[in-house]
Amino acid sequence: MLECHSISVSYGKKIRVLSEISLQVTQGEIVAFIGGNGAGKSTFLKTVSGLLKVEKGKIVFEGKEIQTLPAHKIACLGIAHVPEGRKIFARLTVLENLELGAFRERDQLRQRLEKVFTLFPILKDRRSQLGGTLSGGEQQMLAMGRALMSEPKLLMLDEPSMGLAPKLVEKIFQTIKEINSQGTTLLVVEQNAHQSLAIAHRAYVLETGRIVLEGSGENLLHNPSVQEAYLGGV
Amino acid sequence: MRKVTSTTVLVVNLLILSLYPLFVQGTSLSYTLRLGGIVGLYVLLALGLNITLGLVGLFDLGFMAFYAIGAYSASIFSIGGWNFWYSTLFSILITVTLRLLLGAPVLRLRGDYLAIVTLGFGEITRLILNNWDSVTNGPKGLPRVGESISGIKIWNFELTENIHYYYLILAVVFLAMIISKRLENSRIGRAWTAVREDETAAELSGIPVTRVKMLGFGASSVFAAIAGSLFIHWEKFVTPESFTFWESVLVVSMIVLGGIGSMSGVISGAILISGIPLLLQVLLGGDFISYRYLIFGITLVLIILFRPQGLVPSQRQALELGEKDSK
Repeated sequence: MLECHSISVSYGKKIRVLSEISLQVTQGEIVAFIGGNGAGKSTFLKTVSGLLKVEKGKIVFEGKEIQTLPAHKIACLGIAHVPEGRKIFARLTVLENLELGAFRERDQLRQRLEKVFTLFPILKDRRSQLGGTLSGGEQQMLAMGRALMSEPKLLMLDEPSMGLAPKLVEKIFQTIKEINSQGTTLLVVEQNAHQSLAIAHRAYVLETGRIVLEGSGENLLHNPSVQEAYLGGV
Repeated sequence: MRKVTSTTVLVVNLLILSLYPLFVQGTSLSYTLRLGGIVGLYVLLALGLNITLGLVGLFDLGFMAFYAIGAYSASIFSIGGWNFWYSTLFSILITVTLRLLLGAPVLRLRGDYLAIVTLGFGEITRLILNNWDSVTNGPKGLPRVGESISGIKIWNFELTENIHYYYLILAVVFLAMIISKRLENSRIGRAWTAVREDETAAELSGIPVTRVKMLGFGASSVFAAIAGSLFIHWEKFVTPESFTFWESVLVVSMIVLGGIGSMSGVISGAILISGIPLLLQVLLGGDFISYRYLIFGITLVLIILFRPQGLVPSQRQALELGEKDSK
């Protein structure tokens, strides 16, 4: 579904953040991306969604090269990106946030809204509240709900568990599995390696802009070097 | 509920404003018709800038430049012999073109930087008008001796008195209000809201941010051009003096004090800020006339202290999915 052929990305001329990343995401998968701070995880998502441009390499989505397209066109192709820090529209209501998520695809708005509300019942209770007044967890759900309003084929989540209480983290990861079971492919970038490896079909480990390891979620979870580096040893 | 009341308020206001001239025409108060017309032009400008500043959230400090460009190009066309309609139409074209040419590079900038560049553009425009003698006749203004700007003729009716222009401007302002409201609640209005709130999130929701910003930037200059053309056809005279930086600041204050993004707020702000000094000028007269900006300034400070969100804070209408059951 999504293929990256040795993409490299730099900030400015000198600072290379991603080098020669090649990977693929198959329809129906949950793919996790783990790695420490500054490994390039967020940069990778921003590159796929078109917020950043590749220096070289190709990104192919459903047989179409997308690395030169502007971000809003990529969004229309069915790639939804929930950015780090959620970026909800703080001064709009929950409902308006969700509606803007469906800016491109406006048919069956209500059905989609119902779907999102089934996934996140709390958003239904909060629907006329301003986005900025929600708690962190609710904002994360809103950001995910907004992305789902466009019925994306590929949903990319950047640190969905960041700054959330453990209980909520659990809930978010459950929801990710649920979204996936309804047929959406997911690409999840996480610092919380344990949780994300547990739900991921496959995972990549990123270190200073390079993929150093890949494998099934299960395998990586038990891989000694991953355990040592990201799971706090055993 | 709220919708009904605001429509009622609008109709009542409109009725008062359209009947008002019948009472004062011919009396010693007839000068207020002229003031009303001037205030109306400011309302038009404020509505225009509100699209850029209030709806799209772009901080534009040089809006008067486009009022000037509209006014000057309409003057030149009118002196050349075109009637009101053609000169207005072509002045809109020129104004919008220049606006978009400025917008293309400048809209990449955000916040303060955009304010600085638009401020600069405003000053450059005024300096060009002041110095491009062969076209603008410099500080002496247009028309030159021996030339003239024609009045406005609607079918066979020639607008000559202030009361005529009062009604024309009232009608245009009313039309501008309808258009503003329609724009705000349209799909593009929703895109503007999204861009104003968070550009990255808007882009990721599939909104073509740059194009949407350009549209808002361009649309606001249409209002400025129309105001400019009305102004010169009424005054029949224009100098660069009318388009100082101070004027741009005034229009921005109208919006900020009235309530950013709120149409009724912006209109109240425009009426207050352009009306108060004009009225004070007449009322105070004589020695007190120099106090008018002091009183004006105190009023502004009071508004900011007691209504920090503006006179009539923005109450965005619920979008399409808005609740039916909750109100």
